[in-house]
Amino acid sequence: MFILIVGAGRVGAAIAKSALSGGHTVSVLDEDPLSHERLDAGQGRSWEDGDGLFTVGTGLEIDALLQAGIERADVFIASTDGDNTNLIIAQIAMKRFGVAKVLARVMDPARASWYRQQGLNTISPTEHAISMFERELDLEHA
Amino acid sequence: MYVIIVGAGKVGRNLGRELIGKGHEVTLIEADRRRYLSVEDEFEHAVQYGDATELWVLERAGIQRADMVIAVTGDDEDNMLVCQVAKEKYLCERIIARVNNPRNHDHFRLLGIQPAVSATDLILRLIEHEVPRYGLVHLLALEEERLEIIELEVSADAPVVGVSVSEIKLPDGSLIISVLREGSGFVPKADTVIEAGDEVLLVLDPGLEESITAYFAPNGAGRVQG
Repeated sequence: MFILIVGAGRVGAAIAKSALSGGHTVSVLDEDPLSHERLDAGQGRSWEDGDGLFTVGTGLEIDALLQAGIERADVFIASTDGDNTNLIIAQIAMKRFGVAKVLARVMDPARASWYRQQGLNTISPTEHAISMFERELDLEHA
Repeated sequence: MYVIIVGAGKVGRNLGRELIGKGHEVTLIEADRRRYLSVEDEFEHAVQYGDATELWVLERAGIQRADMVIAVTGDDEDNMLVCQVAKEKYLCERIIARVNNPRNHDHFRLLGIQPAVSATDLILRLIEHEVPRYGLVHLLALEEERLEIIELEVSADAPVVGVSVSEIKLPDGSLIISVLREGSGFVPKADTVIEAGDEVLLVLDPGLEESITAYFAPNGAGRVQG
């Protein structure tokens, strides 16, 4: 599969690396050229030597998305550090480019939940953290 | 009417002041603490502190009863999100969004956020009006209706000079709606004769600009300098 990841922070970079070693074609788009280092870290070779793709730009720039290969993408992952950015670029990937599977990281559970009802696949780390704490404290059935 | 304005920067603050002056009820929402404190003196209870992309902040401001939501922050993603949520979740009938980067205009359109206003585009349109290329000025694009209204200055060598409106055979999908002559405008009748120097307003199907220009200003506008 061709996986396009926008935002190479901790989450994005980790998914990029595991997808690449899983045999997928992985393209990463990030506005910070230095984020590339996070992709190299711990690999013993550079991201490109492992056939990873990297483009500098933002997910709102159509040229950058095209250069990063969005037209070939089977999967689009929005994992920048901005909830609203992720929600908007995920919709661009779906509605403008027709990417088959689109995932967006959204920290705020309320926004994540409403956009999920609208048909957008949102993943909220905060929701998971809350339910893990609740489970530890046995609050789920309180 | 009740208007929620998101972003209390220069645009939001001045809009708020004008709308309150016209007797409307306004709530400004500002996410930056310092800026909030600086406008609180003036707006008092009409400004609230918070991030309007958080749903509870919009609800606290009373979005359920808002007649209009205007998003004018300096961040296009925030403006898009606020307007999308206002329109689709809270069914607010009127939204207006500010576009900071004109390159993002397509995204606003893609998400159905209209009207989206960009200061850059407005200024460009003014420049176009002052220094028209080919003597043609886009006055209004009715995108939903797929119509445009344009203004053309009739050049001396135009085929329509000295011809009455009823005899000008314009392409289907175009109509002369007004003529400006010697500083005043009128709606032409069938026997109105077009003169050189007239400014003519037409309503058109999009894409007809070029063929229309050939009737009124075949060699472009004389006053244009490239």
